[in-house]
Amino acid sequence: MSATSSTIVNLPDQKTATLPKRSYLNNEDGLLSWLLTGDHKRIAILYLISITFFFFIGGAFAGLIRLELLTPQPDLVASDTYNKFFSMHGIIMVFLFLVPSVPATLGNFLMPIMIGAKDLAFPKVNLLSWYLYWVGGLFTLAALVLGGVDTGWTFTTPLSTHYLNTHVVTAAVGIFIIGFSSIFTGLNFIVTIHRMRAPGMTWFRLPLFVWSNYAASILMVLGTPVLAITLVLVALERTIGIGVFDPTKGGDPLLFQHLFWFYSHPAVYIMILPGMGVISEVISTFSRKRVFGYTAVAFSSVAIALFGFFVWAHHMFIMGVSNYSALVFSLLTMLVAVPSAIKIFNWAFTLQKGSITFETPMLYAFGFMGLFTIGGMTGVFLGALGMDIHLTETYFIVAHFHFVMVGGMLMAFLSGVHFWWPKMTGRMYPESLSKLAAVTTFIGFNLTFLPQFILGYLGMPRRYHAYPPEFQVLNVLSTAGATVLGVGYMLPLLYLGWSLKYGAIAGNNPWQATGLEWQIQSPPLTENFIEVPIVDHEAYDYEWLAHKTEQEVTTVG
Amino acid sequence: MHISPVLWQFLVKWLNASALFPREASTIAPYADALYFFLLLITVVGLTVVGTLVFGFAIRYRKEKHPVATQVEGSTLLEATWTIIPLALFLICFVWGALLYFRIYNPPTNAMNIYVVGKQWMWKAEHQGGQHEINALHVPIGRPVQLTMISQDVFHSFSVPDFRIKREVIPGRYSTVWFQATTPGTYHLFCTQYCGTNHSQMIGEVTAMTPDDFQKWLQASTSGMSLAQNGERLFASMGCNACHNGTASARGPNLSGVYGSKLQLTNGSEVLVNDAYLRDAILNPSEHITAGYSPIMPTYQGQVSEDGLIDLVEYIKGLQSNYRIQQTLVTSQADQTAPTTPTGVKP
Repeated sequence: MSATSSTIVNLPDQKTATLPKRSYLNNEDGLLSWLLTGDHKRIAILYLISITFFFFIGGAFAGLIRLELLTPQPDLVASDTYNKFFSMHGIIMVFLFLVPSVPATLGNFLMPIMIGAKDLAFPKVNLLSWYLYWVGGLFTLAALVLGGVDTGWTFTTPLSTHYLNTHVVTAAVGIFIIGFSSIFTGLNFIVTIHRMRAPGMTWFRLPLFVWSNYAASILMVLGTPVLAITLVLVALERTIGIGVFDPTKGGDPLLFQHLFWFYSHPAVYIMILPGMGVISEVISTFSRKRVFGYTAVAFSSVAIALFGFFVWAHHMFIMGVSNYSALVFSLLTMLVAVPSAIKIFNWAFTLQKGSITFETPMLYAFGFMGLFTIGGMTGVFLGALGMDIHLTETYFIVAHFHFVMVGGMLMAFLSGVHFWWPKMTGRMYPESLSKLAAVTTFIGFNLTFLPQFILGYLGMPRRYHAYPPEFQVLNVLSTAGATVLGVGYMLPLLYLGWSLKYGAIAGNNPWQATGLEWQIQSPPLTENFIEVPIVDHEAYDYEWLAHKTEQEVTTVG
Repeated sequence: MHISPVLWQFLVKWLNASALFPREASTIAPYADALYFFLLLITVVGLTVVGTLVFGFAIRYRKEKHPVATQVEGSTLLEATWTIIPLALFLICFVWGALLYFRIYNPPTNAMNIYVVGKQWMWKAEHQGGQHEINALHVPIGRPVQLTMISQDVFHSFSVPDFRIKREVIPGRYSTVWFQATTPGTYHLFCTQYCGTNHSQMIGEVTAMTPDDFQKWLQASTSGMSLAQNGERLFASMGCNACHNGTASARGPNLSGVYGSKLQLTNGSEVLVNDAYLRDAILNPSEHITAGYSPIMPTYQGQVSEDGLIDLVEYIKGLQSNYRIQQTLVTSQADQTAPTTPTGVKP
């Protein structure tokens, strides 16, 4: 009894329960029915498999990097190989994992269901964006197989245009194409959210996951074209020498930095905002409460998206931008930190007076809150102008953005995957193993990246293949942590795979959550809803849910 | 307690060598560290507040204790609190950081200037007296030192962690940074901007010395020619003195005392003549025509190295009278004939 009292998991009787006869998974059979599908849920699954594939490739490079840094000497691989390792790690993780992760998988699967729609507005464009993702991915893999690229993920000119003989253009073409995949997903989401909400689903009844994906979509649509243009310019400069970034031809190498960060700073929010949406859903569900200050959380997403466009030059404080423009960008950077702080406190106060249980998604969400707070606060270090001078381009930066991206975003992604796994597959995963994975990831993560903050303040530069011997102790700690972290990431792969066949039958609403996605069968039908739902309650209305459940019981009785 | 002696030695050595904190070896370092500790403090406080709230609520309102959730809409007062307090803290960080930034990047006027050229993959420092050093920089303590830096190829970044300074070294433009070392010793000099294959080997040592030792070092390392002298020789050999000879009938403007002055250009704009302007005027002369002169100067792009440009700039900087130019003119005119009319020279 004590085991069940600490949990709200509400599974059907496992002896009699079966998966629904018909669902989006078995509606049509054969590989072709998947490759030509217009169903947003199937496309989400295709994306999930694809990004997992790339995540483990990118992760393998991370492992190699940490292994090389175990000793101060350059003893595992040569310099250029090491440079290719971190370049491929960055390129794959940013463009092929982090940017598409939550929107293209969880967002694709859930967003239409959450607003009561049958599909996205443009199902074929949705499929096209998955194909574009793969075409771009194959270019990136080609660059890797043909001998790699060593520009770093930032493609800094004139290094990338004039001084490297690696496969820069191939990789740039890959990212250019992946960018369109991102633009199409964003467009599809914006149109769907505007036009296809079910009757009664007003803007302020939208789940916060939808709001955050909406904000991220705006960034994808407005920011990604700038990246595309920048990469075209890099390719033209490299192939025919047009000279926009070349000072000897009257070009400006700093122009590249401006253009690149004009996309790549908002890209950080493309990555983190959908993750924040996941956290809102999970914390609300497992504390049985409406998200505290729903409107503030919704608007803070939009505020982050808008402010996110005006802070790019904080990547350039030491690059000779004028002192006064540095002032402006520092101030705006401080302002963009405020909505994130608002969110953290709103989540914390959602717990207040709740009825809290600690299922795996909740553990990941708690992990997210701790790690994202550290990631966010260390961002303030870097936004403070004089401090940035000492800290930028060191391991402090590496630790900071890994706390935000990996500690924040990836914890949120795993929280979401565990939260909606029963909905996506109809089956549960082994609970104790999944909790172990969440804890392992959290410990491994801190052990990996906390020492890097200290390394950064000591002055160890990033992207160093060999380093002065006094930095070794902290690097050894970091590498040890990376090993633990690796285990933490392998575990879900194993038990989630196992659960596909052997997991307990989940039923429609194992967490007793309020979202529309939980009111339909698991796994859902291809058309999501048998009849168009009419929404007459706010998001996270647990009283409505209790009332509804009661009614169902009486009707059945 | 049994600790392996090897491990023990290693730990002691490590703690002594670097511990968890870099040395404070410049006048800026204590200011940077003060802000660092403030930021660290608000991070720890923030994390504690969030942690206390989350764990406190999680324990107090766990399902066993609190089986039915009480629905709360929100609270304007609370939301205003956690908007205004972080905003205020962040604004303090902004102002503090900005003050530090201006302190680090605005050199005092009495700073001694050293030139630094970054190239794949080394640092080349050039002192006024013509002393060159590679991946090393000798500086006196107790005196502000300004570095005027430029890259010959890609972006590099000049970083001395123990001084808490760093500045990007950019192709095509001068950037500057200054510091005043306080403690004699040797300090790491890193390139922190990824610059290609041997990026992690582009490191050097900054040696801070007492003024006496520094004077001895300067004398011991002299090459016999100062930067300005090298510049003078280059000025003559490239034929600059044919036009910039300081006479009333010269085809180029008089360069004497031009450094630091405001110059009127033919397009009507007024520019301050500094290192960057002089360098650019040599490389892209057609964009900087001094009022009253014809656009006849050819570009020297690709004909003079960054080191050479530094020498030229340093020479022109030091020109306070026409005396030296005319001297050079006399000695170099013997073997060359200048074109008779300005129109005969293509720009």
